[in-house]
This record gives sequence, structure tokens and C-alpha cells, in this order.
Amino acid sequence: MSEPLSFELSRPAVDPPRLPEAEVAGPPAADVLGREMLRARPPGLPRLSEPEIMRHYSRLASLNYSISENFYPLGSCTMKYNPVVNETAAALPGFADLHPYQDEDSVQGALELMWRLERALCAVVGVERVTLQPAAGAHGEWTALRMIAAFHHSREENRTEVLVPDSAHGTNPASAALSGFHVIEVRSGDDGRISLADLESKLSPRTAALMLTNPNTLGLFEREILDIAELVHATGAMLYYDGANLNAFMGICRPGDMGFDAVHMNLHKTFTTPHGGGGPGAGPVGVKSELVPFLPAPTVERTNGHLTLDYKRPQSIGRVRSFYGNFGMLVRAYTYILAMGGDGLGQASQDAVLSANYLRKLVEGDLDMPHEGPCMHEFVASAQNLHDKGVRALDIAKALLDRDFYAPTVYFPLVVPEAIMVEPTETESKATLDAFAGAIKEIVGKAKTDPQSLHDEPTKLPVGRLDEVAAARRINAYLQGLSEDPVLRWKAPAEALETASQKTLQESPC
Amino acid sequence: MLETLGVRSMNDLLVDIPQSLRLESLQLPNGLSEFETMAQVSVLAARNHVYPDRLTFRGGGVYRRFIPAAVSAVTSKPEFYTAYTPYQAEASQGTLQAIFEFQTLIAELTALDVSNASLYDGATAVAEAAMMAYVHTGRNEVLVSGYVHPEYVQVLRAFGEGRGIKVRRGAEANKKTAAIIFQQPDFLGLLVDAGQLTKAAHDAGALAIACVDPISLAILAPPGEYGADIAVGEGQQLGMSPSFGGPHVGFIACTRELVRKLPGRLVGTAHDAQGRRGFILALAAREQHIRREKATSNICTNHSLCALAAAVYLTYMGPYGLRHIADVSFRRAHSLAERLARLPGWEPAFPDRQFLNEFPIRVPRARSVVRKLARKGILGGLEVNHWFRELKDVLTFTCTEVNDPQALDELMAVLES
Repeated sequence: MSEPLSFELSRPAVDPPRLPEAEVAGPPAADVLGREMLRARPPGLPRLSEPEIMRHYSRLASLNYSISENFYPLGSCTMKYNPVVNETAAALPGFADLHPYQDEDSVQGALELMWRLERALCAVVGVERVTLQPAAGAHGEWTALRMIAAFHHSREENRTEVLVPDSAHGTNPASAALSGFHVIEVRSGDDGRISLADLESKLSPRTAALMLTNPNTLGLFEREILDIAELVHATGAMLYYDGANLNAFMGICRPGDMGFDAVHMNLHKTFTTPHGGGGPGAGPVGVKSELVPFLPAPTVERTNGHLTLDYKRPQSIGRVRSFYGNFGMLVRAYTYILAMGGDGLGQASQDAVLSANYLRKLVEGDLDMPHEGPCMHEFVASAQNLHDKGVRALDIAKALLDRDFYAPTVYFPLVVPEAIMVEPTETESKATLDAFAGAIKEIVGKAKTDPQSLHDEPTKLPVGRLDEVAAARRINAYLQGLSEDPVLRWKAPAEALETASQKTLQESPC
Repeated sequence: MLETLGVRSMNDLLVDIPQSLRLESLQLPNGLSEFETMAQVSVLAARNHVYPDRLTFRGGGVYRRFIPAAVSAVTSKPEFYTAYTPYQAEASQGTLQAIFEFQTLIAELTALDVSNASLYDGATAVAEAAMMAYVHTGRNEVLVSGYVHPEYVQVLRAFGEGRGIKVRRGAEANKKTAAIIFQQPDFLGLLVDAGQLTKAAHDAGALAIACVDPISLAILAPPGEYGADIAVGEGQQLGMSPSFGGPHVGFIACTRELVRKLPGRLVGTAHDAQGRRGFILALAAREQHIRREKATSNICTNHSLCALAAAVYLTYMGPYGLRHIADVSFRRAHSLAERLARLPGWEPAFPDRQFLNEFPIRVPRARSVVRKLARKGILGGLEVNHWFRELKDVLTFTCTEVNDPQALDELMAVLES
């Protein structure tokens, strides 16, 4: 089953929708503006009726797997259920219809919500203040590193290096580099945790920060975190917490207490704002007191119950996003925190850890487990044991799709060959976990008896495995000017293009 | 489950956490029922004053527009909003195809070759475009010409500081200039000479980056027609509510030769063994998960759901609906501008400059004008003096298809009283 593109469905006979008329005197824009200011030909947008549009997008929706219909054990992504009440809250006109440049007195409720969310996040991760401006996790990482850079700069220290474990998410080194730092990799030890010896050898007076995820991307708690913090702080560097895995220990322990100076959080992971098919999310950053002066401006301040936006922050790193962040996502996260409460958040993390360990136990006979448990909220298995059958992690992933499960994260972290990273989250039932384990068992069985069949999966989805290599070749041909097929967009057949170019603005009906 | 694991309590699974770090509980109130939750959240929502669409004359980067019901009907489908970044293409064809359509729509609007899958907002889009220019030209200075949105420039500066990119004001490009950045129409609503600015950039071997209003492109010459290399902008007007500033969507499109430097996700077509067309994340080798510290951007997702909203909006409007909206806004704004200029002491701040649907006007006392309107339930013009010292007592008013003629009359009646 496939669905044509809206452009392919477009019919020139479709009239534009009925829209308000100007109802004021005065000439149209085309008569007022000089010809050189005007568009030569109308943009090639599709022309569809509303019923056609609704059917088109409904069909597209049906081609997706999503949390609403499928188990989504995507490791490191915390694909937990998104409570629908969050959506109701964010859609309240008192939030959705607020203009960002309204006077402060008219947005006290919005500012109060931001202030309360900040306080709640401070309580969860153990920091002094939080900026809600960053729009995503990677954006938050970068924001934190800019603050750390500004902190060292204010002390006239020239620290140019950021240490990143080899198991880290790719955004860590990228964010560090974009903040102007050299990235130095720290090796993991055999137990999957950061090697203290390697860390020590790489710390120096040039070190600005160590970026760490805890539990790490293998789902293992860094047992020596207090020693790590001491080592890092002893050299005058800062400890940065990547909040990708915060769902492992809310209410159990806090990054701030471990010694982290800057902590980013993903509201779209831990605090159930929906992932939206890849955004919008929100990536607030919490900081300890020494970094507070460098927070992006404005901050939300509360004095005697009155809320204000504070722009007068002379040491601030500036602004990292327009306005105040992805406010709609802040409403959703705040709603979730209210509903869960301190007790509920703690329970959520406990359940997430239980689910991961339970599932790990169920599949440990079928896949390699390169590291000893217990794990925290996720675990990394390996399909290395199927290597001699010619079956890879990718084959397992695709076979799971055919069994109505979204696939775990595969080939990450890079330190585990044929990695299969599974994060079940607390919102899945035991029955779902059992069914998933059953599917893994069946697939691994098939890998041993009929490996070839796995290479052909998925077979039950709208498309089979797509040839990315051929696609890349076609894109290269386009980029080198050897082909006129852009691959990255639809293009009208040449004939249609010609017709359109003959149709000038003045001639078109409107 | 504990039994299966052979442990007695949860504590046995948490043995790796040092005892000294363990919490008793979080210092937060206990959870609430859905009813109580909504009651509390609603109290906060009720503490905000919402100005009706038709009486909102303030823009400054976020605009009230008619939003077709189809937009939220589509974006509230859980198959879209509860899916994640389409790592497994076969199970994500809905999201991927919608993004591919978005990319095509933006490319068509801007008349450039390729658009990415979207960015966070207009401000970060400007900053990312500057990074592209820096990488492409190897030069480390960007020029900001005219009244570019001040918050975009602030974000650009913050981004630039990390990379050692200097941000200067003006349009006098030289050998160090990586790009000239301009906004069309600008932050005040005024039209700039985009063609001339583009030429100035090219004459110095720099790139031209046009920050554009997507709805204006139904009328105005698009960046591709006047030769700009990169077009960026804020897509809020394409079917997104103001929502106190976000989430909205940034867009970025460029010429063929710059595609490899584009940040963020890109969706392309591919085929399966049976020759069926599908959609994949393409050119991933540019991205951080492959290139790590060598990546030119750290972006790992986009604003997919907002891009979907924009795609539905643009498809609903079609080329002529979009132009109709742009034209209605133009005519109403011009009518309002004329009427306002007849008020005693009011005069256009830039009488020689053209505009579309937002314009600056100098008034006797900006603050008291805005307060007077607010008392009557009207969100009046924006005090741009907040950012630009030279624009004392200048307000920018904006008009779109939602400000009906009676709303204009009501606004005038308050000001004339």
C-alpha cells in the first residue's frame, strides 16, 4: 500500500478554499509594488480539496508505527506513553492563543507555569536554576557548554577541551565542537563504564568539562560517579550531565547530588511530551549556583507572587532561541509533573528499571549480553551470537517490524558490535514485554534455521527495505550536476513546469 | 517480575547507586487525578489575558492567521504525534512522506533547489544558515543588514560566539564576509532591496541569506528568483497558534551546491527490491551521529509535527489561496496605515518605504497608546523602541485576514476617542 504525493494528487481544476475578502478600499499588492518586487510565477503548491487533503493525510498516518499503536522500545529515546491530558492542557486558549510580546501583566499565568516547572525540574535533578529556552536535547547540550565556556572565560582560564566517553551520543561531541571546544574521547572499561584511569590521563588544566550520561548509554549506572566528580572538579573542570537517561532514577537519586554542575533534560523523553515524529521537543538545562549568572536571558523571576522576565543579565550567554522556548511543550511537561507528583515520578523510574531488567532476563538466552546486570532503565544486547548465521542486528530490527513492534535502537552505542539497545519504559505492561520477548525468541530461532528469510523482512509493511545506497548515488548524481532528479524533493515533470511558467501572476484567477 | 529476576526487592536492582546518593523522596507534592490536574492547569491558563484574533494588531515575528480546522485534525492524529524520528523507514513512511512534501513545499515557495526537514525556529534557522556560509566560504564574519528580527540576531550572536564567527551590522561586504543576512520584509515590516543586497554579497564572494516570511512569498519575488543562496524563516504563520512563542518551525532551503552543508534531517526517495517508491532519511553522513565532532551542526531531529502542520496548511491554501490571504492582509494593512496616519501626531516612521502587512508608525506616546488599547481589549502595536533606541515612540502594527474591517473600525474608534 502506498499513497501518492500531494503534488501527484493535485488537480488544476480545484478552486482555492473560500477565504475572507479584503472589504477595504485600495488596490491589490500586485498593483502597488513594482514589478521587480513581485513573484514571476505562482509557487508550485498542490491544489487539493479538503476531503482529498484529509484522506491523503489519514492514509499517511496509517503508514506510521507510533506509541499509540505499537510498543516502541527505542533505546535512549524513552518512548513512554504520552498522556492525552497533556494535549488538552496545551490547547487551552489561555496558553495556545497567547502572543509572546504581550505585556507581562497579561501573561502572569504563563510565567507562573514556567516558574513552577523550573522549580519542579530543580527538585527532580538537584540544581539551583533551570533555563527553559532550548528547543531540543542537542540544543540544551550546546547551551550548557556555552555556559561552561563563559564560566571559565569569566575566570580568565583558557580551557579548550571537552572530554566525551566513547559510548556517548553523537550530539555530545558535535555540541562541544560547535561551542568551540576540542573533543577528547574517554574510553569505556571492560565493564562498560568509564575508565577512571583513562579519564585521569586525559584530564588536564585544559579540560573545560566532562560530558557524561548516567546511567550511561549501556544502561549501566556509573558506580564511581562520586570519584569521577571529584577528579573532574579537582582539575577545575565542570561536570555536564546529558539527561537522555534521566528516566532511570527520578526520585531515586539526583545528578546534582552526584556532582554534576550542568544538567540537561529532555521533556520529550522523561516528561512525556510527544515526540511528534521527530520534534518539537524541549531541552531545558539546569545549573548549579556558579553557572547561574551565565543562563540565557530572559529568566523568569517571581517576587511577592508577581512574575517578570529578567533581561538584565550582564554575564548571560545571550539568547539561544526566540521568545521563551517551546512553551507548548512546557505546558505538557508541567501537566505531567502535576499529575504524577513526586511519588508518581519516583514510581515511574522504579517501574522503568524493573521493566528493563525483566525484559533483559527474558531475552538473555537469545541474544548476547555483553555487560553484566543489573541494568537501569535500558539494556544493550548484541546480535553478535548470530554472526555466523549471517544475521545482523538490522535483520532483527526489521523482523520485529513485521511482528508489529517498532525496533530497538541498533548499532548504538558504537562500543558494542551489533548493538540492540532496548528501553521498554514504565508504561508497558508485563504482557507486552512477554510478547516482545516471545518475538525475539522466535526471530532468533528463525535466524538459526532459516536465516535467509530474515534478510527479506519486513514483508508486511507498505515498503520493504529501501535501498539507501542507490538513493545516495542518485543524490550524488544530482549534486554533481549529472542528473536533474533532486531526490530530496518532488519536481513537476518538465511539461508541467513549462505550463506554470507561462502563467504569470497577473493572468491567474484571484 | 521480581520473582523472574530472582531478586527480593527493587533495591536489589539499584545496587550500583551509592547509598549516600539515595533519596527518600522528591520534594514535590503528590500526584493528582486528571480532574484535579486540569483544574490547576486551567487556573494558570485563566490568569492570562487572551486577546481575540481580530483585535490583535501585534506581530513582531508571531502572527494571528486563520488556521484551517484540517491542520489540527491532522496533527492531532496520534499516529503522527506519538511517532518518533523515522529511524526505521519502513514503519515511518507517513512521517517521512509528509516531511518530503514539506521539503518540496518550502523549495517551491522559496524557489530554491532543496529544503531540509525543518529547524527549531526562525532564529536558529538564521544561525544555522550563517554556519553554512562560514563552512562554505571559510570566512568568519557575517553581516546583518537592516532591521533583522532582534532576537534572531541575538541567537546568531550566541551561536557565532561558539564558532568564532563575528556578527557585524551593515551591508558593506569585504573579503572576510561569509554572508550578508537580510530579512524580507524586515522586522518592522518594510521591504528591502533583496536583489541589490544579494548582488552586494556575491560581488564580495559572500553568500546571500534571505530571511523570509513564507506567506509573503505568494506575492513577493522569492529568494531563488533574485539569486539568494540560502532562504530561512519562521513558519509559525503556516497553521500554528502563537502559543506564547512556540513550538513553531524554522525552515531552511538552499541552492544545489550548498546541499551538503545543510544542517539537520533531509528526506529523500528510495526504492525497495520490488521497485516500490518509499522515503528515507538521506545524506545522513553529514550528521552528528556519524560525524560526531566533525559535524557542522549538532541537530539530530527537526520540528516534524510543526512541519506537518505547515504542509497541511500550504496544501489547504494552494498557490492561489495563499496569495489571496497575502493580498487581503496587504490591503487591510494599507487601509489601516492610511487611517492611522490621519490621527493627529501620527506619521509613518519610514514614509518612503513600502511594506506588506506590518508597518512602523510614529505616535505621540507609544506606551500610553498601547495601554489605552489594552484597556479596551485590543492588542495594539509593538513598541520596537525596546530593541532599537532610534525608534522612540514607534509602534509596528500588523494586519492579516483575521482583522476584519469592523475590527479596524473598533481600533480607530478607541484611538480617536
